[in-house]
Amino acid sequence: MKILVPVKRVLDANIAVRVKSDGTGVDLANQKMSMNPFDEIAVEEAIKLKEAGIASEIVAVSIGPAQAQDTLRSALAMGADSAVLVKTDAVVEPLAVAKILKAVVAQQSPDLVIMGKQAIDDDSNQTAQMLSALLGWPQATFASKVVIADGKATVTREVDGGLETLELDLPAVVSTDLRLNTPRYASLPNVMKAKKKPLEEIDAASLGVSLDATLKVVSTVKPADRKPGSMVGSVAELVEKLKTEARVI
Amino acid sequence: MTILVLAEHDNATLAVATAKAVAAARAMGGDIHVLVAGAGCGAVGEAAAKLDGVGKVLVADNDAYEHHLAETVSELIVHLAGGYSHIVAAATTTGKNTMPRVAALLDVMQVSDITAVVGPKTFERPVYAGAAIQTVEASAETVVVTVRASAFDAVGDGGSAPVEAVDFVAGAPKVRFVSRDAAVSAGPELANARIVVSGGRALGSEDKFNEMIKPLAEKLGAAIGASRAAVDAGYAPNDWQVGQTGKVVAPDLYIAVGISGAIQHLAGMKNSKVIVAIDKDPDAPIFAVADYGLVGDLFALVPELTEAL
Ligand SMILES: Cc1cc2nc3c(=O)[nH]c(=O)nc-3n(C[C@H](O)[C@H](O)[C@H](O)COP(=O)(O)OP(=O)(O)OC[C@H]3O[C@@H](n4cnc5c(N)ncnc54)[C@H](O)[C@@H]3O)c2cc1C
Ligand SMILES: Cc1cc2nc3c(=O)[nH]c(=O)nc-3n(C[C@H](O)[C@H](O)[C@H](O)COP(=O)(O)OP(=O)(O)OC[C@H]3O[C@@H](n4cnc5c(N)ncnc54)[C@H](O)[C@@H]3O)c2cc1C
Repeated sequence: MKILVPVKRVLDANIAVRVKSDGTGVDLANQKMSMNPFDEIAVEEAIKLKEAGIASEIVAVSIGPAQAQDTLRSALAMGADSAVLVKTDAVVEPLAVAKILKAVVAQQSPDLVIMGKQAIDDDSNQTAQMLSALLGWPQATFASKVVIADGKATVTREVDGGLETLELDLPAVVSTDLRLNTPRYASLPNVMKAKKKPLEEIDAASLGVSLDATLKVVSTVKPADRKPGSMVGSVAELVEKLKTEARVI
Repeated sequence: MTILVLAEHDNATLAVATAKAVAAARAMGGDIHVLVAGAGCGAVGEAAAKLDGVGKVLVADNDAYEHHLAETVSELIVHLAGGYSHIVAAATTTGKNTMPRVAALLDVMQVSDITAVVGPKTFERPVYAGAAIQTVEASAETVVVTVRASAFDAVGDGGSAPVEAVDFVAGAPKVRFVSRDAAVSAGPELANARIVVSGGRALGSEDKFNEMIKPLAEKLGAAIGASRAAVDAGYAPNDWQVGQTGKVVAPDLYIAVGISGAIQHLAGMKNSKVIVAIDKDPDAPIFAVADYGLVGDLFALVPELTEAL
């Protein structure tokens, strides 16, 4: 079985976000960029399926600028077999990402796509669902457990109110939630080996997908700060303030 | 301009999130229809008909929609989409699961998780865990939107809209529902509670979490929340996670116990009206958003607080 894992290059989760004062966006210049954490979980799950003898090949794919190669090398260092960079410097909306991924699926013919439920920059939480709809493949989003057997995937999902389990015919699209696994760190020897693994580059324009943005971002601003609070010295003072000042209890 | 709002429900009861999504739709302007897709969901249709501002309720009552599979419900919505300017759902896990499919099948982008309506096609939405607020303008003929329920006040229920049956049945999907494992919580629902008490990694074990957080929540009639660290460690069920990648809440009172206040956690609660933080580290970032901060050992302070209430 072949697994395709889309990975996105995003601002590292531990970096404080700086919103540009002119409202044009977030300052990403010279910032530490990393693989979207949910995509690390997706890569890890694919590797686990390979280690269990269920998957035979893992291809990582990223859509983005030349630097997205670093993200793909991280996936290769973790254990992906090969990588595809769909190169573009344009801002790519989730629908266009999904269309590009559909074209990559047509080239790679995977049996399963495992991807993140949400990218931590744009927080859209839509690409996996869009890809599933465009492919006509079943979807299981927000996965916390994936079992593959007899041409089917049984997936437990984190939903409002608890957990839900679905059974999907393969090929299918799965998106990862936080509790699916704990991604491994790539060892130094594996980082070295990853440099020699195949990384193919495709020009996004060659896939015939329009990259024109359909949503116009009018402005990006810092949210209003909360008004400063105060420290209280005791439980009694806290209860008093909640009753008489805040009046919430 | 007519807006279709997808109802959130469990086939028996209409969720409050729907009344909040209708509030957002009202701000966009135009007629509002509510779609109830489910099985044996007649009572939900009747409840939706009472929501203020709703002009018509469509009920698609069929086994195909019983478990709200994204595949069948999105096919139904796309079938109905023709006459609508906007298709709206609350950004619940069901809404998030279904609506991007609708958008992709209509070949339009989805505007995710809006927190304000600026104009009929212009919305505010948080990005980067709420560290930035984007104003985005859609241009497509059909605008697909998910709504952050906590950012809107529910509409009232004094209406009486007509209810119409929809007989379209979606094709058999390549996915089957197996089971549902509901998290049991005695108190109010986290997403809509007036008061939330959340516990973090500092609780140290499921037993301690229950021993400290539950009595305090019970005393206050509060829902219980948790940080990711507490959920990952198994102190609390996944359904309780508050944050960027969990639930977003905006109660009148949010009490954070032993939670440091990472940006991913703040993303889920910083719009609460009043925030109380209890933490032993005076430099914990949670105090920067807290209206009232109390520094000390939670294992002493929380029982004392429960007792004092
Ligand atoms: C260089 C560059 C700069 C950008 N700057 C901005 C900006 O300033 N403001 C803005 O609004 N948008 C910007 N974008 C676009 C934004 O990143 C897209 O909207 C995004 O690709 C899709 O949204 P999302 O990641 O939130 O999707 P989600 O649906 O949240 O992502 C879910 C999953 O889809 C997959 N995925 C998503 N995108 C990619 C990808 N590119 N490659 C591989 N897999 C992917 C991943 O598995 C991910 O976990 C930029 C894009 C690029 C390439
Ligand atoms: C992709 C991604 C998504 C994420 N999504 C979320 C999310 O949705 N929600 C979320 O919450 N997090 C999320 N996180 C995790 C987040 O970054 C933090 O790691 C997490 O919130 C920390 O949880 P915590 O505050 O309970 O633990 P810690 O940061 O360890 O804080 C524990 C606090 O308890 C205090 N403490 C310890 N002992 C005591 C005591 N006896 N009495 C009083 N105080 C004490 C400490 O001083 C400390 O401040 C996400 C992270 C990533 C990378």
